[in-house]
Amino acid sequence: MAVYKLKTPISEEDVRKLKVNDVIYVTGTMITARDSAHKRALSFFKERKELPINLEGLAVFHCGPIVKKADDKWTVVAAGPTTSTRMDLFEDEFIKAFKVRVVIGKGGMGRRTTEGMKKYGAVYGAFTGGAAVLAAKAIKNVRSVEWFDLGMPEALWILEVEDFGPLIVAIDTHGNNVFEDVRKQVEENRQKIYERLAV
Amino acid sequence: MNIESVIEDVAVELLRQAVTKLPRDVKDALKRAHREEESDVGKTQLEAILNNVDLAEKTSTPMCQDTGVIIFYVNAGAQAKDLDKVEKALTKATKRATKEVPLRPNSVGIFTRKNTGDNTGRYVPYINWKIVPGDNIELTAFPKGGGSENVCALGMIRPGEGLNGLKKFVVDTVLNAGAKPCPPNILGVGVGGGADIAMKIAKAALLRPIDQPNPDPEIAKLERELYEAANMTGIGPMGLGGRFTVLGVNVDHANRHPASYPVAVAVQCWAARRASARIHPDGTVEYLTHKVV
Repeated sequence: MAVYKLKTPISEEDVRKLKVNDVIYVTGTMITARDSAHKRALSFFKERKELPINLEGLAVFHCGPIVKKADDKWTVVAAGPTTSTRMDLFEDEFIKAFKVRVVIGKGGMGRRTTEGMKKYGAVYGAFTGGAAVLAAKAIKNVRSVEWFDLGMPEALWILEVEDFGPLIVAIDTHGNNVFEDVRKQVEENRQKIYERLAV
Repeated sequence: MNIESVIEDVAVELLRQAVTKLPRDVKDALKRAHREEESDVGKTQLEAILNNVDLAEKTSTPMCQDTGVIIFYVNAGAQAKDLDKVEKALTKATKRATKEVPLRPNSVGIFTRKNTGDNTGRYVPYINWKIVPGDNIELTAFPKGGGSENVCALGMIRPGEGLNGLKKFVVDTVLNAGAKPCPPNILGVGVGGGADIAMKIAKAALLRPIDQPNPDPEIAKLERELYEAANMTGIGPMGLGGRFTVLGVNVDHANRHPASYPVAVAVQCWAARRASARIHPDGTVEYLTHKVV
């Protein structure tokens, strides 16, 4: 479990050095994007419309935060990760189109995303599900919010973060996927459990 | 004294307590899991959870950004007055808590596809009513997160499979859920009744502290057996591998139709949020799950 501190913009080269089970902390710029924001970003790309921010080398966080506005200034109150598998539909295209280097969420992602990360150079950093205050503490500033018409959780929040983590590298650029490995192990345990329960 | 505003204030306080502070039994179970977890990665996750829980408590901030869909359990004394005002008070409390705590707006219309912005809407907050003897009103706030809700399961197994079928269904539910419900989880298992009843008692079983086994020794043994089986899966904290996939299993049961054997599994994430209070007719309030400073 090597520990790395990464600063955005993160290069493809740096991200290719990481291996599964490494621990990373990200400092710099991060955006939140869930299903709707992924969908809209990709349709912008197809229509050659410019995104509100250049995502190259940045981190994308699967998160619907609780955000508070006081004196015209947004503050993130709680910002844990949401289930990433829903974004399997878009993520490989998203990485290809926008060159994000770290995808952050919980629960892991599937084969298609793992292939995409290998091909286009990105890692998946697992952030502890529900650890929303820990995440909020690392978010130092809300630079802006875009696509607010999608609702607070689904909007695209542009955040400045400092030592955002710990993130466990659960998918690397070499085709490894911790969640897949655990799933295989779990499948092997299934029969043992059945035997023990005599079912 | 206006009982409606007392109920409203208590409900706001209960929602705040529930989302910012874990009940003692859950916190103890997480600490124990952290001490005993053998996987390094699993340990990092439990450590992050405990740090997060402390931070949430100290800053009175929601421990998870998904503050859930708002559910209340109301045990209403048959002699209590103004019960017709409870629903309105709880709806108002939900709106207020959304702003004051704050809670994430999580109520979306099915056909309008619009988020109402205040956690209310058709059947939301949902109120589970029970009429009990006496004149007190016992109120429980139970905000339920979406990630763990998505892996709840109902099995209408064959009565011939009986208990074995039940055990297999529960284990299969855990195996299929994997990392999705933010393990370590708590499982509420409801067996018997009918499809709706099984799920209702499964969910209500999550209200029982996990360090209190079922008073029936046979069922307590089943709870223990299911707990050990779930922790043999290797899913571990956050599905990254390890020993602690569940923190506890609570089973409840209802008699069944001879032809039916419903088994419901209500899955709760580690952020097991619940808070209760008893309101007396004179307006005095006893908080039951959390100490008020």
